[in-house]
Amino acid sequence: MNKNKVRIQNGITYGIVVGCWLLVQLMDKTGHMTSLLRGILVPLCMYSILAISLNLTVGILGELSLGHAGFMCVGAFSGAFFTKCMESVLPNLQLRFFLAILIGAAVAGICGILIGIPVLRLKGDYLAIVTLAFGEIIKNLINVMYIGLDKSGFHFSIKDTMSLGMDETGVVIIKGAQGITGTPKAATFLIATILLLITLFIVLNLIHSRTGRAIMSIRDNRIAAESIGINITKYKLMAFAISAVLAGVAGVLYAHNLSTLAATPKNFGYNMSIMILVFVVLGGLGNIRGSMIAAVVLTLLPELLRGLNDYRMLIYAIVLIVMMLFNSSPKAIEVRSVLWERFHKRKDTGAKEAA
Amino acid sequence: MSFLSYLINGISLGSIYAIIALGYTMVYGIARMLNFAHGDIIMVGGFAIFTVVSTMGLPPLLGIFVAIVVCTVLGVTIERVAYRPLRGASSLAVLITAIGVSYLLQNVALLIFGSNARQFTSVVTLPNLKLADGALTISSVTIVTIISCIAIMVALTSFINKTKIGQAMLAVSEDNGAATLMGIDVNRTIAITFAIGSALAAVAGALLCSTYPSLTPYTGSMPGIKAFVAAVFGGIGSIPGALIGGILLGVIENLSKAYISSQLSDAIVFSVLIIVLLVRPTGILGRKINEKV
Amino acid sequence: MAMLEVKNLGISFGGLKAVDDFSVTIEKGQLYGLIGPNGAGKTTIFNLLTGVYRPDTGTIFLDGQNITGKKTIEINQDGIARTFQNIRLFKELNVLDNVKAGLHNHYKYSTVEGILRLPRYYHVEKQMDMRAMELLKVFDLDGEWDYKASNLPYGKQRKLEIARALATEPKLLLLDEPAAGMNPNETAELMETIRFVRDNFDMTILLIEHDMKLVSGICEQLTVLNFGQVLTQGETSEVLNDKRVITAYLGE
Repeated sequence: MNKNKVRIQNGITYGIVVGCWLLVQLMDKTGHMTSLLRGILVPLCMYSILAISLNLTVGILGELSLGHAGFMCVGAFSGAFFTKCMESVLPNLQLRFFLAILIGAAVAGICGILIGIPVLRLKGDYLAIVTLAFGEIIKNLINVMYIGLDKSGFHFSIKDTMSLGMDETGVVIIKGAQGITGTPKAATFLIATILLLITLFIVLNLIHSRTGRAIMSIRDNRIAAESIGINITKYKLMAFAISAVLAGVAGVLYAHNLSTLAATPKNFGYNMSIMILVFVVLGGLGNIRGSMIAAVVLTLLPELLRGLNDYRMLIYAIVLIVMMLFNSSPKAIEVRSVLWERFHKRKDTGAKEAA
Repeated sequence: MSFLSYLINGISLGSIYAIIALGYTMVYGIARMLNFAHGDIIMVGGFAIFTVVSTMGLPPLLGIFVAIVVCTVLGVTIERVAYRPLRGASSLAVLITAIGVSYLLQNVALLIFGSNARQFTSVVTLPNLKLADGALTISSVTIVTIISCIAIMVALTSFINKTKIGQAMLAVSEDNGAATLMGIDVNRTIAITFAIGSALAAVAGALLCSTYPSLTPYTGSMPGIKAFVAAVFGGIGSIPGALIGGILLGVIENLSKAYISSQLSDAIVFSVLIIVLLVRPTGILGRKINEKV
Repeated sequence: MAMLEVKNLGISFGGLKAVDDFSVTIEKGQLYGLIGPNGAGKTTIFNLLTGVYRPDTGTIFLDGQNITGKKTIEINQDGIARTFQNIRLFKELNVLDNVKAGLHNHYKYSTVEGILRLPRYYHVEKQMDMRAMELLKVFDLDGEWDYKASNLPYGKQRKLEIARALATEPKLLLLDEPAAGMNPNETAELMETIRFVRDNFDMTILLIEHDMKLVSGICEQLTVLNFGQVLTQGETSEVLNDKRVITAYLGE
């Protein structure tokens, strides 16, 4: 039945990712790769994962979240903390990175559940502001956190390095607002691409399953979903938690693509959450492939405009407004549908004349 | 004594939040949209005063007047160009557009004024008030801020209750379809709401920059978010709610900065918001909305 | 034993008694009508029966089991399914998926099995597809299975809602104005379908309706509600000839 259609659509989505990977390999081999482009490959995958995972909350579950960067932040710090602590125990970097991804995902998922339980009772704009608040709280807490490790174990403080009270073997791992320094750069484009494919696999399969149907039925009509026996709280929480897990994975990727990890308003603040939301909305609510493409295009756009220097963010802002007006204003939609009809009519009459 | 001074400064900061929150709350109540660019209008107001007072050397009062005019025109223009075409579209589309407008304002300011912080000269030139033999000093900006906030609240409340336009605003916020049927020009009412909200943002800009005299293109962003939180806190759409929410937020922020941790003050403010919303899901003075089955 | 036994049900909203001392007994396999002027409290009774509201007073027994004060999803699992006066479909889902959502609690596999596409996923999904198509055939909707629900014409949307409710395998089906907005032909067809459902699914049906042709045509017993109270109840023909009922509808 419609299984085949879905299968083809999903195949195209996976194909795009694999195709892009191959294209990059080709460019690399033929020497067409610029250092600018090379530097942005992992972030492109990361933003795609973030956009896809947020689409699960906003597009599929239908709840507005402005705190997605918070889960990314949790994932980034727990993952980087792990790789840093295990440096001597597990010298194999790839293995450590792999475990870090699992840990980052798990911690972000737990946060998602802990936050989701009280918060998902709220609706619409109230949920939006509370998720924004949670994102800011997480960022804020990490900025005052000091964790050190010496031979007697972990030391924790929210004041400064001195108050950790470590002996001479002590190493400070998380240093307040300075965050974690010297994180190993383990993320490669290959690993990032694989993580993106896994994200796609999870989200696309989830949507086209019993669970996905339950989640979307809640989005479309909560009262009707309840009336047919669907457990609203359970499925809302599940979507929210899976979304958080995937954001956590993106966070671990982020942390292992840089040598220092600090929580600033720029990388983990509400501005980041909003940027991801922009990807989701422009890519189309519920449209997973769209999220991915929007994330890539909108991340590349400012980079490609780099030559324009000061004007690039201005252009970005204008493009954003114009696209929203073009996509969503009732008048533009009307004009588009009229044009569409005219075009089709012409095609129809053309076909008849030909016959 | 120090507690009293923290408290008064908190009320003053809260008054600024309240003035900004009024703009948020009125626009939300009437147009059902979160105007994320509201905070950046404050920044524009700040730069308008900066240009008039510091660059041209004209008197502060003229600066405030210019800022109010600039912000009002800007607010109405933004509404006309970016938001009105989206009336009837999904609220998420409007939200993203507002974010686009916010980026736009920030980056225009960045182009004109650069990213370095500008030193803002306070618009209040009165001497500070010393009480209890100098043990308690209250700065003149603080007093002016609190008085302005009270004056604005009183003026706005009577404007809404006593004038025809104010009544039209109430009607539109209640049910804009029915208001249209009653012959109220909804577009005009919304434009007026944006004008008032933006004028208030200009005043808030003057007071904010006089209290924290450093001005960058991003100055309005965080106070904007906080004021939004204040509006939600008090019950979004409610004018007394904006006042209560703003003042509470300012006081909590200042006291936690003083007594708990200056770095954690934002986290504390946001935590209180979450707790309030969990207990009262539509804010302190918000109305409960029941979904009809 | 009666399928539904309601005793002294009551609820007030802000001092106003929306439903007061409502009692009814519906036997298994009966087609029962609930009628009354607008605002009489009919939909409120549906909301009380399905746990959308908690009753202030009274008890509700379904097939001998006390379901008073239970939550909506529990009541659905106990065996009451409903449709809504203002149609509530899953608009963005297609017709088939709307019904499959209704099958949610009867055809199960875990989320992990779904994501990893384990054999059980394919097996159960196939069963679900078959069952859902069977139900769609009853309502002559099988040809439109891949339409988006919101793209169906109005009459078919009402039918799809009934199909979705039936998918939850209820003992008692509540229909809230199923013929609203239908033309006489569609209504006649709907009456056939409701009878078919009762006979072939072994169903007990309670319906709210304003269309007297439908009510007198298929309902065996009626309760008339006025201002939240029972005006009269009994055999359809007797009730409809009752002077008080005519007064309630048409005024003095």
